[in-house]
Amino acid sequence: MSAVFEQIFQVGFLAAIIRIATPLAFATLGEMFSERAGVLNLGIEGIMLLSAMAGFTAASLSGSLWLGVLVAVLVGALMGALHALFTVALGLSQHVCGIGVTLFSSGLAYFLYRLIFGQQSVPPSIDGFKPAPIPLFSDIPILGPAVFNQFTLVYLAIIAIPLAAFVLYRTPWGLSVRMVGENPRAADSAGVSVIATRFQAVILGGALMGLAGAFLTMAQFNAFTFGVVSGRGWVAIALVVFGRWDPWRSAGAALLFAFVDALQLRMQASGLGHIPYEAFLMLPFIFTIVAMAFMSRNAVAPSALLKPFRREER
Amino acid sequence: MAGRPEGGIALPFAVSRIVSEGVPLSAPLIEMRGITKSFGAVKANEAVDLSVAPGEILGLLGENGAGKTTLMNVLFGAYAPDAGEILVEGRPVAIHNSADALAAGIGMVHQHFHLAPRLTVLENLLIGIAGKSGRIDRAGGLARLKEIGRQHGLGLDPDLPVSVLSVGEQQRLEIIKALFRGAKLLILDEPTAVLAPSEVDGLFAALRSMAGQGLGIIFISHKLNEVRALTHRCVVLRHGKVAGRVDHPASTTSAEMAKLMCGHEIVPPTREASTPGAAVLTLDGISTSGHAGTPLRDVSLFVRAGQILGIAGVSGNGQRALADVISGMLPPQAGTMAIAGKTVAQFSPRELQALGLGRIPEDRMTTGLVTNLPLADSMVLPRIGTEAFSRKGLLDPAAIRAFAEAQIKAYDIRCPGPMVRAGALSGGNLQKALLARELAFDPKVLIVSQPTRGLDIGAARFIHEKFLAMRAKGCGIIVIGEDLEELLMLCDRIAVMYEGRIAGTLSSADASVARLGLMMTGAEGHA
Repeated sequence: MSAVFEQIFQVGFLAAIIRIATPLAFATLGEMFSERAGVLNLGIEGIMLLSAMAGFTAASLSGSLWLGVLVAVLVGALMGALHALFTVALGLSQHVCGIGVTLFSSGLAYFLYRLIFGQQSVPPSIDGFKPAPIPLFSDIPILGPAVFNQFTLVYLAIIAIPLAAFVLYRTPWGLSVRMVGENPRAADSAGVSVIATRFQAVILGGALMGLAGAFLTMAQFNAFTFGVVSGRGWVAIALVVFGRWDPWRSAGAALLFAFVDALQLRMQASGLGHIPYEAFLMLPFIFTIVAMAFMSRNAVAPSALLKPFRREER
Repeated sequence: MAGRPEGGIALPFAVSRIVSEGVPLSAPLIEMRGITKSFGAVKANEAVDLSVAPGEILGLLGENGAGKTTLMNVLFGAYAPDAGEILVEGRPVAIHNSADALAAGIGMVHQHFHLAPRLTVLENLLIGIAGKSGRIDRAGGLARLKEIGRQHGLGLDPDLPVSVLSVGEQQRLEIIKALFRGAKLLILDEPTAVLAPSEVDGLFAALRSMAGQGLGIIFISHKLNEVRALTHRCVVLRHGKVAGRVDHPASTTSAEMAKLMCGHEIVPPTREASTPGAAVLTLDGISTSGHAGTPLRDVSLFVRAGQILGIAGVSGNGQRALADVISGMLPPQAGTMAIAGKTVAQFSPRELQALGLGRIPEDRMTTGLVTNLPLADSMVLPRIGTEAFSRKGLLDPAAIRAFAEAQIKAYDIRCPGPMVRAGALSGGNLQKALLARELAFDPKVLIVSQPTRGLDIGAARFIHEKFLAMRAKGCGIIVIGEDLEELLMLCDRIAVMYEGRIAGTLSSADASVARLGLMMTGAEGHA
């Protein structure tokens, strides 16, 4: 067992946690904005996959990684708009439409990928983002190499957390988002457009999901595979609940999940070979379920979550 | 910018503003001309004229469904009128949505509050107000809130979440919200329906202060004594049309106004003298715990056959626990209860119902019936599975429908039919439906909470008559209520609850509003 502990308390382990947490943090913040406005977005898994594919393709064809990121964000925002069209403008079931968006986006991602890259024995890869150490900070012992010697997208995620909290709690738009998620009628009678605010929040959420997808194919794996998202979207939905719809707590939840995920990776690699590796793979998910069961019992969802808003209803 | 909070928050309304714009003070603040609005074939408003002058409190009277709320929703921009125009300070305005209404200086306090419970008082006030440099203008909001508090005596802690506020405080927040946006006209839709009697005085004082400073107020109600006490002038609606105007409500009798509202005289029912029989419900030393409200402490009471017992008290003094024990939803911690001489062994709604208990819950929408199911289903809900409505373990839809149809006819429940969604009925018709479903099975004891809350005179009268008819038939009735005048009219005896105990019981001959009011504060005990 000592080998396990040795490996755990390495700088590399801390860095791995941060890296694993990054796409989860983007996705969780994205889902959080959507849900705070009252719209559950079950399209997240598919949106991440399609964005990951679109970003990878754009980067691969143009040679510009940042263009790839931009494309991924735009595709995410577009799919967010599609989900908002169904659930906000037309007031359809958020569950059904979300699953529809996931199935549609995943199918489209597979289809377009095959169309563009064909069937290849070795999946094409790109030269992804390289760590961009921040001068001075990266020299801090332990913390430096773990936090300040990362991809630019990681820094972006670290900035996104306080930024999301600021937008949600300190700006009039954030207040409108929270209000339309709690009591859309109150927002409406105060002259706030419920439809527009929800559209904006779901689109912003989609864009953040797109960033999460971009990170997977352009920083983490540098290639697109059909299993590249592998449930991270669904996990993000659970993390939003775990984080009680709050940016800080949600990011914390993402970090905690990443810790368990990094831990199980290390355990797989260490001397516990006699246990099937699938058992370790389960760990983060078991952790999520247990954590949710104990920590989220009195979590209260936004009151108007899942409820479409119609003005002339009496 | 001196004296003005930054961040684009509008200046407070002042009388001087109207004068400075060259419009004489006597010009109406708001004028509605020939407003007509139909929903399908139903004309909710037909050629309604109405005006409010600055500093005037206008009463808008009418029974449920007379079109009061629709008219105000037209004024507030929720519905577009089919015909007619709205003038603000003599100028025609187009109001398409609530933002237009707010911009025109019209603020509305809805019957169901438009607040987000998990957000703070200040956040609820600042919603929809542009901040400065993209941020919420907290300092400006606080200053404005303080100013309104000083002007009208309406204070609230800005950082409390709305969920911890009492109903009265939430209503105050709604009023502050309207003033916050610079409302010159305040519409209040049945503001007293949700308030305890003690809170009504505070509301009226605030409204008088606001009118004194030049605001126009439209006060919607069907409570005649309130309209007479508060308003300067009133407009009575009936079936969507103006049925009459009263220029001096204070010197007009309630009977005259009631006649305008209903279209016919309203005769209060009389309680005939009767000789009550044996006790049909007895509570002996009942105490409870683990209840969300105030628990009961050593409560003993009884009601005889052919007798109505009132339970008075300020809400929150154990009435809910009492109703829950009697209806079988809350098993007591100590004490016994007997129905028609039989001691209750097992506290469950079904068990007690079998012993002859009927119950009309306080909250029609949540514990009364299932709003999304057909009315017929809700009407048989407590007796689903009994042989009256099922055969061989299967529901008998024909019997259910026939029962509902018969009750709809017998109680004049206005609805499109038994299969209509229960939630679509008005409060008065729902209450009739709930009454019908219990009375159809001749209960020995009937427990009702707030039987006429939110109902208009006609519907309330109907309910009262039914209670008195049941009393004459030998049913023992317990009425839990806050409306003391109603209790005095209906009940043979009135018990007062205070902090989970029975503070005392008076016979109707000894009881008066003043004496009951005193006992409700715990000041006087009486055995």
